[in-house]
This record gives sequence, structure tokens and C-alpha cells, in this order.
Amino acid sequence: MKIRLTLMALSLMLIAGASAAAEVNVYSARKEALIKPLLTQFTETTGIKVNLVTGKADALLQRLQSEGANTPADLFITTDAGRLWRAREAGVLQAVQSDTLNDIVPVSYRDPEGYWYGLSLRARTLMYVTDKVDASELSDYESLADPKWKGRICIRSSSNIYNQSLVASMIAANGEEATEAWARGLVANLGKSPTGGDRDQIKAAAVGVCDVAVANTYYFGKMEKSSDSVQRESAAKMKVFWPNRSGRGTHVNVSGIGVTSAASHRDEAIRLIEFLLTDEAQSWYANVNYEYPVKEGVAWGETVTAWGVFKADQIDMAELGRNNAAAVRLMDRAGWR
Amino acid sequence: MDAQLASIVGAPRLRLPGAWKTGILIVALVLAMPVLVVFSFVFDPAGDVWRHLYQTVLANYVVNSLILMLGVAIGTLTLGVSAAWITTNYRFPLRSTLEWALLLPMAMPAFIIAYTYTGVLDYAGPVQMLLRDVTGWSYGDYWFPQIRSLGGAICMLSLVLYPYVYLLARMAFLQQPGAATDISRSLGCGRWCSFFRVSLPSARPAILAGLSLVLMETLADYGTVQYFGVDTFTTGIFRTWFGLGDAAAASQLAAMLMVFVFVLILAEQHSRRHARYYQPGQRTAPAEPQRLSGSRAWLAFAVCLFPLLFGFVLPALQLGWWAWVSGANGIDSGFFALVGNTMLLAAAAALLALVIALFLAYGRRQRGDVGVNFSVRLAGMGYAVPGTVIAVGVMLPLAWFDNQLDSWMREHFDISTGLLMSGTLFALMFAYMVRFLAVSLQTVEAGLGRIRPSMDEAARSMGYAPAAVLRKIHIPILRTSLLTAVLLVFVDVMKELPATLILRPFNFNTLAVRAYELASDERLMDASAAALTIVLVGILPVILLSRSIGRAQ
Repeated sequence: MKIRLTLMALSLMLIAGASAAAEVNVYSARKEALIKPLLTQFTETTGIKVNLVTGKADALLQRLQSEGANTPADLFITTDAGRLWRAREAGVLQAVQSDTLNDIVPVSYRDPEGYWYGLSLRARTLMYVTDKVDASELSDYESLADPKWKGRICIRSSSNIYNQSLVASMIAANGEEATEAWARGLVANLGKSPTGGDRDQIKAAAVGVCDVAVANTYYFGKMEKSSDSVQRESAAKMKVFWPNRSGRGTHVNVSGIGVTSAASHRDEAIRLIEFLLTDEAQSWYANVNYEYPVKEGVAWGETVTAWGVFKADQIDMAELGRNNAAAVRLMDRAGWR
Repeated sequence: MDAQLASIVGAPRLRLPGAWKTGILIVALVLAMPVLVVFSFVFDPAGDVWRHLYQTVLANYVVNSLILMLGVAIGTLTLGVSAAWITTNYRFPLRSTLEWALLLPMAMPAFIIAYTYTGVLDYAGPVQMLLRDVTGWSYGDYWFPQIRSLGGAICMLSLVLYPYVYLLARMAFLQQPGAATDISRSLGCGRWCSFFRVSLPSARPAILAGLSLVLMETLADYGTVQYFGVDTFTTGIFRTWFGLGDAAAASQLAAMLMVFVFVLILAEQHSRRHARYYQPGQRTAPAEPQRLSGSRAWLAFAVCLFPLLFGFVLPALQLGWWAWVSGANGIDSGFFALVGNTMLLAAAAALLALVIALFLAYGRRQRGDVGVNFSVRLAGMGYAVPGTVIAVGVMLPLAWFDNQLDSWMREHFDISTGLLMSGTLFALMFAYMVRFLAVSLQTVEAGLGRIRPSMDEAARSMGYAPAAVLRKIHIPILRTSLLTAVLLVFVDVMKELPATLILRPFNFNTLAVRAYELASDERLMDASAAALTIVLVGILPVILLSRSIGRAQ
């Protein structure tokens, strides 16, 4: 009897909950710790409840696709542009025509038709051991294939989306053939097998496994501010170098967001995007996670500012998605595991 | 032999009621559906991806997977069988503690032990750092085993998977009548000789059952090999699916993986095609353990301590240390909800799996015709399939059904039912059944295998109703197996990551999800609180399990 009453109460609550307060449902490839604080703030300011599922981008995209028109998700968040492109291709996103959003996000960091918007920028740079390398020896990604770097480069696996996007951007800039030759040269120069994450490459360089690491800057920032002394000391031995300054610029990816085509809370979803683009939220990206705000004029914070200003590659982000499979094949052929 | 004799002299076995048989076929089909759904892509043309794979990475996937399986098989057999033999046959200091503690590594998720050892043994870890500080060497001046390697993956998986072999081997050794070894010894066979010629052969089905669980887990592992940068079938499936964007080729790879599994299962069945391993009707006392002293006692102690130390104590201490240093970062208000979610899910899944396993195993025992046998095998296939693949296989048909129902309801009643099953705990539970039923089933079947059909027949001929046979004979004999089945699935679900990650409902997290999210962001220290909690929660069932086996002797 008691159980039955509880069940009834529960189901009533469920029904009431579903019909009452405004809410918005988010599928996020950004991990909980890297998005939840902002979502909580959003709920506090607007009263709109945010329901969250985090996971890997590809799996969430698969979930969106199979749930189809009935998916509860209103928003899809990824950590790279390639997956946003893939989501648009799969038809799970809808175009949002918002002048507010278009004014805030520079055109190179959003879908031109409004299918997705960048929220923060992630620069993939070179980091060098200051004892062993002089900044003048470095120039661009391309030159990492030069035999003088034999055994001196650390980079993670080609299964990682950031590397796939980097190579996709190089295919766009230099063509497939040249990029494959480059990848072969790079593989020959590796100081260790490409295992581990970006921080691992930086740590490996710091202990002498190699001299130059390729990594996203926010990892470097997190190491500089880490509570772990080993990470702080590792970072202290290294410096950020901005490659391709005289050419197309440093490879930049976006962490972005799109409204799903089945969104049943479209207005709330757009409000959440607008919130994530407020100065306050944008400076959170820079000050807590050491990414670059997508909105111009938002202060970067001390850690990020210290790395200096850079020229970003203005490639059409859709190219990153379009060239992804070609990039993976090319890396397979080059033996970049 | 025994069974043949029974079928000649004994009464014909009970006929399986038609409804039961139909039930088995339906359950098996439903449970096999996710795997079959993924396989249905096999017939899609995969373009030229195969040529690409063949020319570049395929050989690597095959060779690495084979070496990994072989290595883990050797590792788990060595650790598991030796520990089981020593703890059942000898007395030495702390034996009774080691006996249950040897199961503890089971509570350690493979990806977490991999993170832990990497944190300690990698270039920038404390061990190599100390080495460099003490000797003044710098990196490259010395040789140090590379933890992130195929060898490293073999070690990690062996350390956390050997308990399956240990558990089943120990149960088998305990149930061996002392008489058998006594006879062999009276025939001039020493302890080691009687181990190799009597105990080991008669424990073989149990050991092989343990080993096949180990190998299926090994094939399905993604977390460890991915972290260590070892290219196997599993990592290949993901790379092909998501990186190359070719679902057809990915599912064809998954199909190849399943062929591996089938070969394994067939080989195991073939190896015991003529043998039946029933225990003698009378329960006889197991052999009295021999008391060891001096260096031999120490040796026995060391052999048993080794896997426990490296598979549990050291990594758990490391996790504890990290949790301490990071000031138990991450134990926030939501943390206890995580613990609750994790335990509830695991308990529900474990009980459900037991019910289904009993249903299938009894059906098969009553009348195992080809159709029933095949269905039961089919239902247990999911164990070797990576969790992500299963999750996708669960997601597609459930969402399809939900959407069909929704549009039908809209059309006829103007009511939208939305997604009834997708994105609910039901979907998650379904995935757990697909993935872990084999564990429950194997254990229950192993237990049932020890009840000779002639026992049923005798009881029935004495006028007992089937229910009474069940109560008076089966349940007492099966008790340990049932408990084992529940606890194994409990621990497995608690550690499960990929399917949980993909299928879970909104605002619902488990300890494994939390640990993974932080660790994959290279925040090992922050992940340690959740990881340690998984281990601690897992200890409890492991202790329960071990006690019940101890009592059963």
C-alpha cells in the first residue's frame, strides 16, 4: 500500500514537473565540470531549469539521430567544430536566425546559416622546452617534419579529434599529398609513441622525452595553475609558441552549441546560448578553463594574457568536418597511430 | 559417462513445456537484438574503407588483439589457479584473510588501475622522478618499462581479471572430494602430481569458464587499451565508425570480433565434448589442507600476496593518497547521489540478470534441444561486445519503437507518447542485461552442472513435486552459485562505463562516469575520490561472496 502511494505521488510529481516550470534539455560533449557551473548560474538568473546529459560527442550525436523527432534534447554542445558540422549534415540541428547572436559571434566562428555558434576558442599550439629550444628555431606546423627535429616532437594519438582537426586544416591549406608527406615526416620525428593526452605530451617534454609538444593552450594553463607541483614545474620549463604567424595563423577550434531540429524548448534554448555569450560567462571560459572567449572585448585573464596575442587561422570551420575522414586515412597511411 | 548411464537406466527427462521454450526463444532474441542490430550493418557496402584498413591498420588490430588475449590468458591463469590451489590446499599465515582478499581486485575497474599505474610509472611519475633524482641520470640514460604499451595493458587486465579464474577455480577445488586426491596419492602421486593429474583436469570446466569470462572482458575492453595507445579491434571499431565515418565497416569489424568469441566458445565446448563433470553423489570432505612452515609458508604467502598487492592494495593506496592530497576534491553535495545511483543500478541489474539466467539455464537443463541451446548462447553473446557498440545497438531499436508508437498514437488518438523507453533507466538496464547476462548465466549453469540429473530423477521417483525438488535439492546446492552470480554482475555494473555514459537519463550520473570524466581530462587527482569509492563499494559484495563460498565448504 505504502509503495503504491509513493508510486502515485512520484508519477504525479513527474507529470507536474513536466508541465510546469520552464526548462531546457542539453546533450553536452563538454564534460560536466566544464559546463555545469555556467548552467547553474543560468538557472539562478532566469529560473529556467537545465537538464544535462554529458558524453562523447559521437555517441550523443548518434543518440540525437536515433531519437529523431522525439528527442528531448534542445541543445547539443561539442568541443570541436568538426562534430558540429557532422551534426548539421546529419540533420539534427536547426538554423537559428538571431541578430543578437550573429553580432556577438564573429562569422568565422559560427555556421553562416545559424546552425551552430562557437562559444569558446581552443588554440592548438607548439610548446617548447626553453632550455633546449630557441624560439627562433620554430616557425610553423609544417616545419615540424624537418629532420632536425628527429626524436624531439611529442604529440598525442591521431584518434584524438584535435589532431584530426589540425590535419584537416592542413589538408585545406596545403592539399592532401603535401599533408601526408608532412605526417610521415612528423611521425619520423616523434620522441615517443603518441600515447596519452595533451598534458602528457607537455609533461613528457618537461622531463626530457622531447623538446617540442603540440597541445591545446588551456591544458597548459591548467598545468600552470595546478595544485600538483609536478604539473606546475613541468609547465614552468616550457613556453607557448604561436606557429604560422607569417602565414595562415595558428589552428583554432571552437567549442560550440546548436539548437536541435526537434527542440521543444526553442526559446529557452536560445536564451541559454545568449547567456553563454554574455561577458560574464565568456570571461568564465577564459579565467577558469583558460580558453579564449569567442566574444571580442572580453578580458582574457592573467594566465591566458601571458601567452601573448596570436593570429588565428581563419579557415571555414566546415572544412574541419569535411576533411575529417581524409585526415584519419592520411594519418593511418603515415603510421601515426 | 555418468550422464549417458543416467539416460540409459534413468527415467526420461522432463519435457520442457512449450510456453517455457517459447519464452526462452523470445528472451534470447530480445537480448541478442542489440548485437544483431549492429550486425545488420554488415551487409551495407563499406566502400573502399576495407581496402584502406587492410593496407594500413587491420593487421595491427588483429595481431594486437591476439597477443593481448594470449597474454591475459597466461597472466590470469597463472595468478588465479596458483592462488586458488595454494589457498585451498595449504595452511600458512594469513591464509584465511588472503582467501577473500584475493577477490578484491575485482572491484577495481580496468581503466582506473591503468590511470593509477600510469600516474606512478610514467616518465613524469614519482618512480622515474626519484630514479633520476637519486642517480642523476636524465631521461634516456636508463631503461624503464614503458607502462603505456601492449605489455602494460596485459599486466593491467591480468591484475584485475584474474579473480574470475581464481573464484571459479577455488570453488571447483573446494568441491573436489579429498578422496580423489587421497586415492591418487596412495597410488604414489605426490601433491604436485595429483594437482596436475587429478585436481586440475577435474577443475578444468570451472577454470575454462572463468577464463572465457576473462577473455570476453579483454576483447570488450576499450578504456585500458585506448589509454595505453594499443590498437585493438575495439579501438579500431571506434576509429572506423567515428573517425572514418563508416558505420558499415565498423560493424563488420565488430562482426570479426564476434567470430573470435565464437571460436573461443566452440573450442571450449569442443574440449569437453565427451566429458561430464558431476560430483559423486555423496558429499565427501575436501582434502585436509597441509600445514606449511618456514620458507615454504613464506613462499605460499608471497605467491598469494603478489596479485593482491599489485591488483588492489597499491593502486587503492595511490588513489587514497591522491584523494587526500587533492583535499577530497569532488566530494560535493551530489557525490552521495552518485553513490546511491551506482548502487541501486548495480543491485537492480544483478537481481534481474539472476532471474533471467535462472529462467534460461533451467530451460536448457530440462531439455536442451538445439534451438534452446543456440538461443541461450545467443543471449550471452553480448559480454564480449564493447559497451559502446551494445549501447548503440540498444538505442537504435528502442528509439525506433518509441517513434513508431508515437506516430501511430498521434495518428489514431492524437496523443504523443514521445520517447517511452529511450533515455530512461529501462534502456540502461536493458543494455546491462545484454552485456552482463553471460556472467550470471555462466555461474548459474556451472552451479546447475554439479547437480546430477539422476538426483532430480531420484527425488521425483520418491514422489517429490518439482517445486519440492527445487527447494530441497537445488536451492541448497545452488546457493553459492546464485550469490556469486548476483555479486559478479553487481560489481561489473558498478564499474561499467561506456553504455552508462551513452544511455543514461538527464541529470543522472554514476561513480564510474564521474571518475572517467575527470580522468579523461587528465585530472587523475580529482578523479581519485570517485574511483576510490567505486573500489570501496565494490569491496563489500566481494567480501560477502567470499564468506559464502567459505561457508559452503
